[in-house]
Amino acid sequence: MTTAASSFVRTLRRAPMFRDRTNTIATVAFVAGLLYWSFRFLNWAVVNAIWALPQDAGSNLCRVAQREGACWAAIHERFRFILLGSYPFDQQWRPTVACLLFISLYAVSTLRSFWRPWLLALWIGVPGAAVLLLRGGFLGLSGVPSEFWGGLPLTFVLSTVGFSAAFPLGVALALGRLSRLPAIRVLCVAYIEVIRGVPIVTFLFMAAVMFPLFMPQSFTVDKLLRAQIAFVMVIAAYLAEVIRAGLQAVPKGQYEAAASMGLTFWPTTILITLPQALRITIPGLVNTFISIFKDTSLVAVIGLFDLLGTAKAVLVDPKWIGFAVEVYFFVACVYFVFSFAVSQYSQYLERMLTARTLH
Amino acid sequence: MLHVEMRSVNKWFGDFHVLRDINLEVASGERIVICGPSGSGKSTLIRCLNRLEEHQEGDILIDGVELTRDLKKIDVVRREVGMVFQQFNLFPHLTILENCTLAPIWVKKMPKRDADDLAMHYLERVKIPEQAHKYPGQLSGGQQQRVAIARSLCMNPKIMLFDEPTSALDPEMVKEVLDTMVSLAEEGMTMLCVTHEMGFARQVADRVIFMDAGRIVEVNEPNAFFTRPQHDRTQLFLSQILH
Repeated sequence: MTTAASSFVRTLRRAPMFRDRTNTIATVAFVAGLLYWSFRFLNWAVVNAIWALPQDAGSNLCRVAQREGACWAAIHERFRFILLGSYPFDQQWRPTVACLLFISLYAVSTLRSFWRPWLLALWIGVPGAAVLLLRGGFLGLSGVPSEFWGGLPLTFVLSTVGFSAAFPLGVALALGRLSRLPAIRVLCVAYIEVIRGVPIVTFLFMAAVMFPLFMPQSFTVDKLLRAQIAFVMVIAAYLAEVIRAGLQAVPKGQYEAAASMGLTFWPTTILITLPQALRITIPGLVNTFISIFKDTSLVAVIGLFDLLGTAKAVLVDPKWIGFAVEVYFFVACVYFVFSFAVSQYSQYLERMLTARTLH
Repeated sequence: MLHVEMRSVNKWFGDFHVLRDINLEVASGERIVICGPSGSGKSTLIRCLNRLEEHQEGDILIDGVELTRDLKKIDVVRREVGMVFQQFNLFPHLTILENCTLAPIWVKKMPKRDADDLAMHYLERVKIPEQAHKYPGQLSGGQQQRVAIARSLCMNPKIMLFDEPTSALDPEMVKEVLDTMVSLAEEGMTMLCVTHEMGFARQVADRVIFMDAGRIVEVNEPNAFFTRPQHDRTQLFLSQILH
């Protein structure tokens, strides 16, 4: 018994955290602090928390206990609004299905066996289907104008449709930037540098506010569409640089082999260069997508309610003023789940792509 | 019939004069081996023949078609001339079969089935038909180079250029590639081959060319070239590689 204990103590002392007196004291203090804070946090978040309020009751119960316990009742009562926005209550299966469609699209895209040309068609088809489902107005589905879309579906739509539409434009810009014709090259460089040099909010603002000023009175373009177009233009610029890096990383011998067989520019680019360039830049593309996914919260500036916007709207309600911690914690969890999944996938990708040759 | 004519060809890389006054005629069915120290311009010379490099002065005619900036003429020439590279340059994201059928389908507009048959025919010629559905990364160096040869042959070229095809291979694999090239030569293919494999040159070449510092120093049939070199520079080079 004592020998087991002493050998345990011996191994413990070899660990860096217990190497000498200073380290030992620091470790003990840190662990103690961690335990104390975890205890306090769990007390607040779980033990003393109020999970639900009686029907039609005010939030007094929560306010009284505000210091001691989290008011998860706020989430319990308002999660549908936070996640789905002001979408008509009885039709909320539609945005839910739309979200599931998007999540399945992302999941399918992670599997290597699905990396075939028709996956690109899927990235056009699935967002299209989701948007149609949200909009309705056919086959007995009631029409729901985009002003009522909000929450998670809006975040998915803005980022996924933005990414899909910006992709061909980004490829064109990347190719244009590498073109030997000066006119094309200068135009592409100018476009990319201007957009990357200015905050994204500026473009959203221009799209939402300035664009209608220049249009005749009767001509109104849906606000969501304007925001979407602004996003597409911005994403294309960022994508162009990622893709350009990939194009320049394709070995020169590939171009030479294709040229020596008589393949001209476009067949070489589409069949040989782009497939290889895109495989090389997958980590960069995934990274760009995560950034865009979070940047969609900027649409709050122009009055669209994405996931973060709905959260803020809940906090303006007099009943829930002051419970920002609980609401933002919930939203942060949703963002975190998604971002963490994608970052894990990114690491898996890197392991896979360095372990064996690309094919 | 002259397949390749080079008249007073000069080329510069910036200020560096890489090809100096090259004059060369290759008849149909001739096999030429080009050798020389590194930096002598051997690779540049054959790369000028399919316009992977541009020459600044002089004329190059391939099968009577002059190589200029005219893209149409370049296309015509590239269909007639096949090239095998030192680094194989197979397309890693396509199968062996797809590597071979890509050009016939997209350049010659051949239907897929015919292209597949053609590719399998040449893969059998280079003795690796069973690898058709694998990816280049799964093959050995010697097999990859043979695929590269088959890929070029699928375009039915009149002239084959080889740019140090065995230099990147393990010694054991050099023989299988050289055997393939020998059988190609025996069928009457016009070949220009930059190589250090002197055994191959002796066996197959009609003429051996020695280049140094951008000039063609000596041209002779193999026996005379190796036993009675006429220039000192050639003698020095041969003494260094034929130890």
